[in-house]
Amino acid sequence: MIKVTNVHKNFKEVKAVNGIDLHIQPGQYVALLGPNGAGKTTLVEMIEGLQHPDVGEIQIMEKRWKDHQEELHRIIGLSLQETRFVDKLSVLETLRLFASFYGLGGKRIQEILDLVNLEEKKKSFVVNLSGGQRQRLALGIALLNEPEILLLDEPTTGLDPTARREIWDILKSLKSSNNTTMILTTHYMDEAAYLCDKIVIMDSGKILAEGTLEQLLSKHKKGEVISFETNGPIPPDQLPGGDKIIKSVIEPVANKGEIIIEDLVSYLPSFLEFIKNQNLVLTSLECRKMTLDDLFIAMTGRHLNQ
Amino acid sequence: MIQQLSQLIGMHLKEFFREPGIIFWAILFPILMAWGLGTAFTKKNELIRTVALVDKQNTLSAREDFGRFFTGINPEKTAPLTKKIGNEKLGITTYKFERSSWEEAITMLKRGKISMVMELVEDSVKYHFDPVNPEAQLAYLQINGAFNDNNKTNQSDNISPLTQTGTRYIDFLVPGLMAMGVMMSCMWGISYSLIDKRMKKLLRRMVATPMRKSSFLIAQFVSRLLLNFFESALLLLFAYLYFDTNIQGSWLALILILIAGNMAFTGIAILVSCRTANTQVGNGLINLVVMPMMVLSGIFFSYHNFPDWIVSVIQKFPLTILADNIRSIFIEGAGLVEMGVPLLVLTGIGVVTFLSGLKVYKWY
Ligand SMILES: Nc1ncnc2c1ncn2[C@@H]1O[C@H](COP(=O)(O)OP(=O)(O)OP(=O)(O)O)[C@@H](O)[C@H]1O
Ligand SMILES: [Mg+2]
Repeated sequence: MIKVTNVHKNFKEVKAVNGIDLHIQPGQYVALLGPNGAGKTTLVEMIEGLQHPDVGEIQIMEKRWKDHQEELHRIIGLSLQETRFVDKLSVLETLRLFASFYGLGGKRIQEILDLVNLEEKKKSFVVNLSGGQRQRLALGIALLNEPEILLLDEPTTGLDPTARREIWDILKSLKSSNNTTMILTTHYMDEAAYLCDKIVIMDSGKILAEGTLEQLLSKHKKGEVISFETNGPIPPDQLPGGDKIIKSVIEPVANKGEIIIEDLVSYLPSFLEFIKNQNLVLTSLECRKMTLDDLFIAMTGRHLNQ
Repeated sequence: MIQQLSQLIGMHLKEFFREPGIIFWAILFPILMAWGLGTAFTKKNELIRTVALVDKQNTLSAREDFGRFFTGINPEKTAPLTKKIGNEKLGITTYKFERSSWEEAITMLKRGKISMVMELVEDSVKYHFDPVNPEAQLAYLQINGAFNDNNKTNQSDNISPLTQTGTRYIDFLVPGLMAMGVMMSCMWGISYSLIDKRMKKLLRRMVATPMRKSSFLIAQFVSRLLLNFFESALLLLFAYLYFDTNIQGSWLALILILIAGNMAFTGIAILVSCRTANTQVGNGLINLVVMPMMVLSGIFFSYHNFPDWIVSVIQKFPLTILADNIRSIFIEGAGLVEMGVPLLVLTGIGVVTFLSGLKVYKWY
């Protein structure tokens, strides 16, 4: 459905997208997961035809932007990372405006109002909408033309859990009813895990890992995490276990750290021993299974939503 | 396509009419300006001017010529003496004669409170004033005339005052204000709207749909044209009701030249804002285009006082072309024939700037 081949995009010195290959099958929901500046928006906008790759090629249903602009606009629905619509236009008027670009009538507008649950707000000016309502309006506009391909850039950023849940439900139902293909960028791993079949983890313009959630997590075997705080500084280079540690992150000032380890049960006693020998006292200790965030830490040493 | 256009035009119009501040500046302001300037420079019936009267030897009360001049006024009193000079046709000026010392008189002169000093010498009068100051010259002529009692013989029968419509300042001003209104509305309205939409990323969102880019820009033009017609009509109506101004030439010519003017300034506005994503830079650019024309194009005062070579440059500004031609329709009774060339020139400017703007336009 979507084929991205060896795409590069630079802004002066910054390599925003640095050699990406991505193949997306019809009906697949794909999450682009990565920290700020990873290049998610740049990649998505190139797929949307709003930016052009310096190197590489993007094909959507075998078509390129250069030759099939009009046609591609018709099958793609999208929401940008931040769009502010006309302040003094009501929800209904905004939908009508965008509907006119696709030559759609009032029936579809009503369906959208019901779908994104803005019926009560249809007469309100866009300025007077809450953040969540605006995101729903943006989603509604993205869905107007019943797109085969949906490209959403951080559709739930800044929303409260209920509002996010609502958007997830809309997207979930779309998958079963319309067999839509979707790319969604996000900082939230639970969003990626809940909605998407395939997760692509990006950092610094590159893909670090991709696959289903299970595939990604199993790639690092059955990793487990010890997350702890102590009452004094921890010498990071003296941690026991050596090569059994997949990754450790110690924050010296905050006196806390995380260790990702293959086998928790065999490792934990030696870790406690080590703390005792350092004359430290644990103020908190948590052991859990590896999540996507931990996976990201394992790969880059940084947290995802930073 | 039609649906698209009408929705886009609707968007622009709603955006405009739902913003009270914009309505004030765009519509009320030109009318207020016409009213203010029109009254200030047209109704000159009640003029009061001050002249210093220097009487070193204190001989005023004894002078027979002054007794005649200030009939019925006791020159012993220190209250300022007044004298009305002029007649119905020329308008009457009330002169106030402020008795003062020479030093005081000079101070008043420097402060611009007076423009002439009248000094009593021996048995005649001496006038002190700057000969290149027209106001002082006029005061001298009027007072000297009245003083020598040739008031009755100054042949006012031969003077026919030009206060009929078409020759007053307001008749000069209203066409200029209409032209300026078109320019300001297009330049600020369109540029601002485009830059604002680009900044909000709305433009980017819109071009990611099958919307035609040309529809978007044409909608800008059409909605501005409608607004400007509305604005011009209000200004005309006001000038007609309040100042009794009339259009002596062809209405059709007026409508066509206004459309051409709108095209020219829409094109320029699109070109100015075609790559700017920042309101401040945008403001600067707009001012750069608008200001010189505001000042030079003869909106408020004729540009014919500039040196010839500057005049020939000024006459090529689109605002000058527009203002001069609206004016000639208004007051010279020009018709369609005279509009041929200016219509072509303005439309040409519009089309060329529009197309080059569209070509290099930064949609995202
Ligand atoms: N128009 C631009 N001009 C210059 N640099 C840019 C531009 N757009 C993006 N960049 C740079 O490219 C890099 C990737 O940006 P991008 O917006 O794709 O990140 P992102 O993954 O979407 O981040 P976020 O999660 O914060 O939205 C960043 O370092 C950014 O500063
Ligand atoms: Mg982004």
